Amino acid sequence: MNSQVQIQVTPSPGTGYNFAYLDEGTKRMIRRAILKAIAIPGYQVPFAAREMPMPYGWGTGGVQVTAAILGASDVLKVIDQGADDTTNAVSIRRFFTATAGVATTTRTAEATVIQTRHRIPEAPLAEGQVLVYQVPIPEPLRFLEPRETETRQLHALAEYGLMHVKLYEDIARHGHIATTYAYPVEVAGRYVMDPSPTPKFDNPKMDDCPALQLFGAGREKRIYAIPPYTRVRSLDFEDHPFRVQSFDRPCALCGAGDVYLDEVVLDDAGGRMFVCSDTDHCETRRADGHTGEAA
Amino acid sequence: MAHTLAPQLAHGFADPVHDGQAVFRAAMEALSRPGRIRPLDTALTPPAPLTPELAAVALALIDADTPVWLDAPLRAEPAVAGFLRFHTGAPIVASPGQAAFALIADPARCPAFTDFAQGTPAYPDASATLILAVETLSDATGLAFVGPGIRGTVCLDAGPLPADWASRWAANHSGFPLGVDCLLVAPGRLAGLPRSARPVTPEAIPCT
Repeated sequence: MNSQVQIQVTPSPGTGYNFAYLDEGTKRMIRRAILKAIAIPGYQVPFAAREMPMPYGWGTGGVQVTAAILGASDVLKVIDQGADDTTNAVSIRRFFTATAGVATTTRTAEATVIQTRHRIPEAPLAEGQVLVYQVPIPEPLRFLEPRETETRQLHALAEYGLMHVKLYEDIARHGHIATTYAYPVEVAGRYVMDPSPTPKFDNPKMDDCPALQLFGAGREKRIYAIPPYTRVRSLDFEDHPFRVQSFDRPCALCGAGDVYLDEVVLDDAGGRMFVCSDTDHCETRRADGHTGEAA
Repeated sequence: MAHTLAPQLAHGFADPVHDGQAVFRAAMEALSRPGRIRPLDTALTPPAPLTPELAAVALALIDADTPVWLDAPLRAEPAVAGFLRFHTGAPIVASPGQAAFALIADPARCPAFTDFAQGTPAYPDASATLILAVETLSDATGLAFVGPGIRGTVCLDAGPLPADWASRWAANHSGFPLGVDCLLVAPGRLAGLPRSARPVTPEAIPCT
């Protein structure tokens, strides 16, 4: 039995880097962190984040998570504040096209892996999809307690009174909970988690979502996860229940009334319009014949 | 004259990058959807009693950073440790409590879960992952689970398993966020049971 095995070397197309940039040892380390993150929903698993060929704040955590899970048959979508065509989204999509040669798409329904900065797509996600969030500051208690040693203890003891005090102070000052993004959530009844700076409009989409949600923070070196079909509850009070933003007009291009809108300044005379933050959702609706007042 | 060279070392992944990725994705899907049985294809031919699926998960996840514990049948065959050392570089430890991963070829005699690292309240991720080579996997019967990753209820049966499997899982889950996580591998298939999976009496909720 002289079994000859041909070891295939898998170069990335034209870059000289390993498939998806990271070396295999780094990917294994990140993969192990992802598995523990899934087993302990909402808990921030420390990992040895690498320097990436982009500055901190540009999604180095999300990029490392994506690189660790990506396979040759995946279809990748990257959004930045909902848009497929902004600088951060375009450069990350090009990065993986160059280093992994994977197919990319702007269509939410066609993607198997979606890396996002600060939005959850409007179209419902499906089983088999993975949503990878870029996270700047993973610790929801960081601005209330700067010491990592202390916040770690607070999570260990499930002592989240501080967070409720913060939300209460919002009410005392403003009459309502004024936190509008990075709105804290409780995952599976245990860990309080920062959903990354997504608008709180997107928080309900995290609850009972059929897709796997992974969060990567590169500078802070943390990975956390929400498995599919997991209870995600936005913190609130009985007399001040959680509410999402509402808009007093529909999207000016596609007429959608149930979506998160961006304000676009049109001139220096006060002209402005409100359009879908999710560009793919807007384009899909317009292709289906929906129109808004400015279309 | 019979040649006296050491027996030939079984090969690792033919394509370390994509084979490793495929096995990891199967494990990720398995742990994020507890109890759902997934295909796990591998062409590995490791030394018995290391099964091809045990070897595939090991090669995908372990390396020099992860101490590995082998159960008695795997320890008894030196070629198993040789295979793992060559392909992964992982230190093989004598005590289950020191291991990040445990490879278990005889799941019926799996040591108590509490013999393995449970993590600490501050670092619950510093806990062991158990990879058990079972002969059968079924989602039609068995212990019912609810929890993150499970839509409604899921049933998972595997064999052979320790006689106290149900009470082990109840105890493992009751320590959440501490505890161990299991990957059950059978020929061509695997399923995951993270510590977040809570066993329930099947009479209470029908399997969906």
